[in-house]
Amino acid sequence: MSAALIFMAVLALGAGWWLARQGLLAKPWLQVDAAGTLAQGGPRQPAAQVGLGVFLAVVGALFALLISAYILRAEMADWQAVPLPFIVWPNTLCLIAASLALEWARIGAGRGDRGHARTGVIAASSAALAFLAGQLLAWRMLVSGGYFVNSGPAVSFFYLMTAAHGLHVIGGMFALARTFERIWRGDDLRRVRLSVELAATYWLFMLFVWVILLLVLSGWAGEFLSICGQILSGSGLT
Amino acid sequence: MADIPHEASVSAPPAEIEEMELPHAHGWWSTHVFSQDAKVIAVQYAATALAIGAVALVLSWLIRLQLGFPGVFEFIDSERYYQFITMHGMIMVVYLLTALFLGGFGNYLIPLMIGARDMVFPYANMLSYWVYLLAVLVLVVSFFVPGGPTGAGWTLYPPQAILSNTPGQQFGIVLMLVSLILFIAGFTMGGLNYTVTVLQARTRGMTLMRMPLTVWGIFVATIMALLAFPALFVAAVMMLFDKLLGTSFFMPTLVEFGEQLSYGGGSPILFQHLFWFFGHPEVYIVALPAFGIVSDLISTHARRNIFGYRMMVWAIVIIGALSFIVWAHHMYVSGMHPYFGFFFATTTLIIAVPTAIKVYNWVLTLWRGDIHFTPPMLFALGFIVTFVNGGLSGLFLGNVVVDVPLSDTMFVVAHFHMVMGVAPILVIFGAIYHWYPKVTGRMLDDAMAKFHFWVTFLGAYLIFFPMHYIGLMGAPRRYFESSDILLMPESAHALNAFISIMAFIVGFAQIVFVFNLLWSWKHGKEAGGNPWRATSLEWQTPETPPGHGNWGKELPVVYRWAYDYSVPGAAEDFIPQNQPATVTKEAPA
Repeated sequence: MSAALIFMAVLALGAGWWLARQGLLAKPWLQVDAAGTLAQGGPRQPAAQVGLGVFLAVVGALFALLISAYILRAEMADWQAVPLPFIVWPNTLCLIAASLALEWARIGAGRGDRGHARTGVIAASSAALAFLAGQLLAWRMLVSGGYFVNSGPAVSFFYLMTAAHGLHVIGGMFALARTFERIWRGDDLRRVRLSVELAATYWLFMLFVWVILLLVLSGWAGEFLSICGQILSGSGLT
Repeated sequence: MADIPHEASVSAPPAEIEEMELPHAHGWWSTHVFSQDAKVIAVQYAATALAIGAVALVLSWLIRLQLGFPGVFEFIDSERYYQFITMHGMIMVVYLLTALFLGGFGNYLIPLMIGARDMVFPYANMLSYWVYLLAVLVLVVSFFVPGGPTGAGWTLYPPQAILSNTPGQQFGIVLMLVSLILFIAGFTMGGLNYTVTVLQARTRGMTLMRMPLTVWGIFVATIMALLAFPALFVAAVMMLFDKLLGTSFFMPTLVEFGEQLSYGGGSPILFQHLFWFFGHPEVYIVALPAFGIVSDLISTHARRNIFGYRMMVWAIVIIGALSFIVWAHHMYVSGMHPYFGFFFATTTLIIAVPTAIKVYNWVLTLWRGDIHFTPPMLFALGFIVTFVNGGLSGLFLGNVVVDVPLSDTMFVVAHFHMVMGVAPILVIFGAIYHWYPKVTGRMLDDAMAKFHFWVTFLGAYLIFFPMHYIGLMGAPRRYFESSDILLMPESAHALNAFISIMAFIVGFAQIVFVFNLLWSWKHGKEAGGNPWRATSLEWQTPETPPGHGNWGKELPVVYRWAYDYSVPGAAEDFIPQNQPATVTKEAPA
């Protein structure tokens, strides 16, 4: 469960840092304000932005736990690594392209240029579709190579993790469609900007998760993980 | 009116709130059924949870019929018995307690207590309830499919959960896993709402440290649930893969009826890790809202400010964090490395420190208080005693050497029923008696409430106290048939039957509670806006029950914390949170 614990520790640090700035040392029983004396704070972050942050923490926990399960399962005797279909590398490029396009759209929306933002969102959607198609192709390549979902734990994890990631990417497509609709309808610029920003953040996170999954599935992280595993199993922690 | 010497709030109050756009209902369906009003959603959550909880209560009777009078009731065969205990456990823990505390009380109380108009994402909030209802329906359907519901035990441990000699292995287990996945998806939508509403929708002046402890408890429990439920989600999905697609995540090499199965190499222990990574925080997901609610009930009904507010908040946060590193104390008998057990025993015992701080603070709040023995107060007092009892046996079981011999006995059943069965249920009752007047505008009947309390409280003790004893004598849990084998001495048989009879009495007493809920809805005494003379914001709404949007034209402004009871020199024994300080010479603002 090391991956999950590391993830939780990072979150706990973040939460602790945030809490430390919330006046937890205040003595609320002594602090009574008189009418009209309440200080004005700055503007608040939009709820949707905070909501996305919390949601990404949940998604992060999900993948951290999947990776934890992968690490624990990989210690069993029957584990045999599976060569990744080469298509995952061009797929990764597609996902990077989608993220870059959204960053570009974010800049456009920030300047108030709707056309610019629209082009960015369309480019990102195309790249994302290409990624999804590529992932399906990766599954077909595995199947044609005789690797079915039940052919071994490593390949089972490949299907499981890519499916979990793919479903989140499909969810992101809906967000993109919604953003596109906002731009198309000529919605309030503030909303368009927020929508593009949220989409860009989400897709960047999907890229980040995919890169981590790729490191795990390709075995590049394997050596590092096995060292961790040895240390932890030596101390009885896995 | 005089006021205590005070200083102005130093921590930056939140900014001026932008008015949120409320999705207004257009017609009967969108007002009462597909409502996006958190208060309606709360009642829907609570009603559904109580209804499915009643099913689990009946299941517990059936379990006790078999245990108390083995062989007498022939319709309870071993398969059904295991199905009963599985469904009883899962329904009570997930579909009743979690849903009621977070979906029910969370939805009703968070916006009202922090001075918000509603949850920040009302549509997702509505969807959350309907997905939860779907999860409950899928679970109910599993009672009617061929083979019935799963009988794998509420922990659903593989490999036996999906092997052919386990009841419900064909459809029951699949429906159970699907239902859990739906529940988690639904909860996530609700949980995002509860968290972000607390973070972003507090009214002016409502700093985090002015929030009532109820909100703190629900807030931290929601964050924990958002992070812990993914572990159950992953476990459920992987088990579905094993069951439906023939993978071997959890399934080891097995021979069944002389035939080798296609599974091989999987790790059942991996499932246990994932399950308890969710399962232990789950205990505190239920306990933290209960802690918060009890703090508010005690303070209000003892007319005393809560003792050690800051420490109470810190303890909630620390318990929440620690509960993520104690999960393997549920796995001492899984054959783990001794150092591993040592580590988890240590963290388990450490968690007792912040928990004990809370108990001391409750008692110190009561000390020299003006205690009103109202139904909410009775249930809150019942909770403290029960939680201490259940918690103390938890300290026993947290130690590996004590847990190993007791692990499979009724002692453990008695322990966890005290600490996370009876204790939180008492809080739920207390909270319903406390907030029902706000929800309906009418009081619940006092005599019926007190009858309900005494039968439930004393009855629960008469059920679970003897169960500790029977467990210590070695009576095993999970066994279907224990009469012919001398698993417990002859002398304890009558006690065992007595437990079953008490279970029936306590169960039937709940009819009084349900009747009270229904009868008082129309015939209860008019409550007025603030029958308990309480300080927190939900009692200061312009209308009771509060209308859509909660606050009429203007949001309330908060000038003080939620516990200004019996303030020396004040005209009344409570000062609402939205009442500003009176500027006097002695006490400049």
